Amino acid sequence: MSHSVTETEKLDNTTLGFWLYLMTDIMIFASLFATYLVLVNATAGGPSASDIYSADFALLQTVILLTSSFTCGVSALLLRRGKKTASMWLLLATVVLGAAFLALEVFEFSTLVSEGHTWQTSAFLSAFFTLVGTHGLHISVGLIWAITLLVYMYRTRIGSDMVRKMMLFALFWHFLDIIWIFIFTIVYLMGVAS
Amino acid sequence: MELLSGLLGRMSLDYLPTEPATIGAAVGMPLGALGVAAALTYFKKWGWLWNNWLTSLDAKKIGVMYIVVALIMLFRGLFDALMLRLQTAVAVNGASGPFDTDTFQQVFTAHGTIMIFFVAMGLMFGLINVVMPLMIGARDMAFPWLNSVSFWLFVAGMILNNVALIFGGFSPGGWLGYPPLTGLEYNPGPGVDYWIWSLQIAGLGSLFSGINFIVTILKKRAQGMTLMKMPIFPWSVLVTSVLIALAFPILTATLALLSLDRLMGMHFFTSDMGGNPMMYINLIWAWGHPEVYILVLPAFGIFSEVVPTFARKALFGYKTMVAALVAIMFFSFIVWQHHFFTMGAGANVNAFFGIMTMIIAIPTGVKIFNWLFTMYKGKIWFTAPMVWFLAFVVTFTLGGVTGVMMAVPALDFQVHNSLFLVAHFHNTIIGGVVFGFLAGITYWFPKVFGFRLYDAMGRWSAYLWQIGFILAFMPLYILGLMGAVRRLDHYSDPTWQPFFIVSGIGVLVILAGTTMLVAQVAYSIWKRKELVDTNGDPWDGRTIEWSVPSPAPHFNFASTLKVTQRDDWWYKKQAGKHLTPPPPSAYKDVWLPKNSASGLLVGAGAGMFGFAAIWHMWWLLVVALVFVVAVVIRRTYDTNSEFMIPAKELMQEDLLVYKRRNA
Repeated sequence: MSHSVTETEKLDNTTLGFWLYLMTDIMIFASLFATYLVLVNATAGGPSASDIYSADFALLQTVILLTSSFTCGVSALLLRRGKKTASMWLLLATVVLGAAFLALEVFEFSTLVSEGHTWQTSAFLSAFFTLVGTHGLHISVGLIWAITLLVYMYRTRIGSDMVRKMMLFALFWHFLDIIWIFIFTIVYLMGVAS
Repeated sequence: MELLSGLLGRMSLDYLPTEPATIGAAVGMPLGALGVAAALTYFKKWGWLWNNWLTSLDAKKIGVMYIVVALIMLFRGLFDALMLRLQTAVAVNGASGPFDTDTFQQVFTAHGTIMIFFVAMGLMFGLINVVMPLMIGARDMAFPWLNSVSFWLFVAGMILNNVALIFGGFSPGGWLGYPPLTGLEYNPGPGVDYWIWSLQIAGLGSLFSGINFIVTILKKRAQGMTLMKMPIFPWSVLVTSVLIALAFPILTATLALLSLDRLMGMHFFTSDMGGNPMMYINLIWAWGHPEVYILVLPAFGIFSEVVPTFARKALFGYKTMVAALVAIMFFSFIVWQHHFFTMGAGANVNAFFGIMTMIIAIPTGVKIFNWLFTMYKGKIWFTAPMVWFLAFVVTFTLGGVTGVMMAVPALDFQVHNSLFLVAHFHNTIIGGVVFGFLAGITYWFPKVFGFRLYDAMGRWSAYLWQIGFILAFMPLYILGLMGAVRRLDHYSDPTWQPFFIVSGIGVLVILAGTTMLVAQVAYSIWKRKELVDTNGDPWDGRTIEWSVPSPAPHFNFASTLKVTQRDDWWYKKQAGKHLTPPPPSAYKDVWLPKNSASGLLVGAGAGMFGFAAIWHMWWLLVVALVFVVAVVIRRTYDTNSEFMIPAKELMQEDLLVYKRRNA
């Protein structure tokens, strides 16, 4: 089948398209960051940023997410070299680490809510829950994606299409990492320092 | 009982329409849909509709469907306009108009929302789908399936917008839905939610289209077509798509935040608990101002094709045209604050945005002069697209001039939110966007359907629109200067009434112009044998879309195309090269996407999701979400989505085309 020409072309197109999608997602996060920064002092008598954040906790999350990014990157490289099984193990590690990150975030949110600091308390908390929660939502989507990818890898022989699917997932996961670095800095570090 | 309220969310019979006007629409729209369904059944056309259109991934067909939906919505929007002007023609002093205040507010909100999102955007995406791949020598979009998803998200948004009329009522908050008016406190009902979800879903479709168009233009151009050899229409699409990709996410985020305020009791834009409504105004215009350029740039692109073709001269100042497009792209992101000079940002901020707004008029002026210089000493053929163009020059320039007037903050304080502003933006949007797209539809119609539109009726339509426009909007400028504000459902100064009556007559003339347009299509279908386009090049065109037969085949180009210069087709014809077929080696097997219903299913799921969010039917929300995710995952792992047309078949078909051309 002389399909290979269109296949390589598709690889380029999809990758470019995915980069562009990531750019649009950056615009969504930029809007949320801007909103957060405008509303960060609008505490309406509720707690302020320095009252509720713990830098240590956020650091733990950061370490876990960065590690997951590392395992994801190695997984993609291994698949490129044709080592499917090893790649799958590292992708599984990525999923576990991502789930651990998400669990910590759920824990943080539920602690805040149980202390009475909900998204209805103040504009500041609305912005906090929305910005961090949107990142968490992306992580959840990434986890579903990674799991379907694992099922697909388990069922299918290795090929250029599989490598392409993996590269796109890796792009997405690293992107979430970068967004998190901004959240860690702008929300948690600046919040604790304020 | 509890189970029922769990199932139906906050639905109740109280939300059925009570006003005569809305009852009429609520009865009429389903009846119309039933009539169409009955006709399809009677003529046994369901299979044809499903296989040839609804599930097609052919960009040209998707484009036609966009345009059909947009034209239907144009009538809905025009009837809304008629209702508005009927009210203001009558409701002076103590006299009450036919509509109460709440209905009037819903009508002007629906008018603005529909005209921008479902008419202007629909016509734009439609025309881009129809001709952009053809103009760059591509066989299809880069992502044909995503293209179909975009279209069905657009349809889902459109349907939600219209369902509001039948059940629940629409937002009374204006086309941009400013909080706190649109917040939970002042508008707890489903109207604002209809507005939010209709735009949110259609907006996501636009975002995907933007990405799709960028990749298509950057990756799928014909061999030899460098960016600076590309026709201006694809250039305008590229620039518009970059604006879409940068601006629409802001809309998505903003609507999501407003929705969180309403669904989860958050405080982004409320007037208490630290909320900041002005943040919303900033965010929505950070999208909204680029949006008006998103709409008008493709119209500029269309005129850049129409004018050289009918003046029979190469476009004057190609490079400055490109530069002007890119300059507009840049400046359109730093003028948004001019929509609220009166907010109180201070003199310096206002001065900055005022000056930027004046500067953006310069590249736009460059383009107008380029078109006029293209016409200068040309052999002009006054077809309907050219009449639309001339109407555009007059109308749009006037709108541009009043725009620069309002860019002066001191002057804007006088006319802010007055009918002067309403007249200004209709001047640019009707004169620029609508005239441009109608010219484009007339120009490229034969490429899709294989016959021309009857030209005289097209010219009459343009004249009627132009006359109607002057009657409808010049009085609004005067009224604005007299102090009439926008969105006014009654007034006490009887000297305003004559102006409002003239404006209402203008709307009727515009309606006549639009009816003429539909009559033109009907008459042309009837006379299609006489208007047939035999050689695929009815206007003696310049760009490569005219090198393929009409109607253009699914695969667009039979052979691998080589482009050497701008207006490649024109110079090929000059050199007589269009008569010799390419060598057999130029024909390659072509892979095209098979039909797929999954785009339609994604749209249906998204529509259900929006409906569930509007009515708080949480179970349906989850079901719809799972459904959409399942359809997308299934499609992603579908390996059998393309079919092949062998090179031999393409060559045989192409040789017939050359035979006819030589005859």
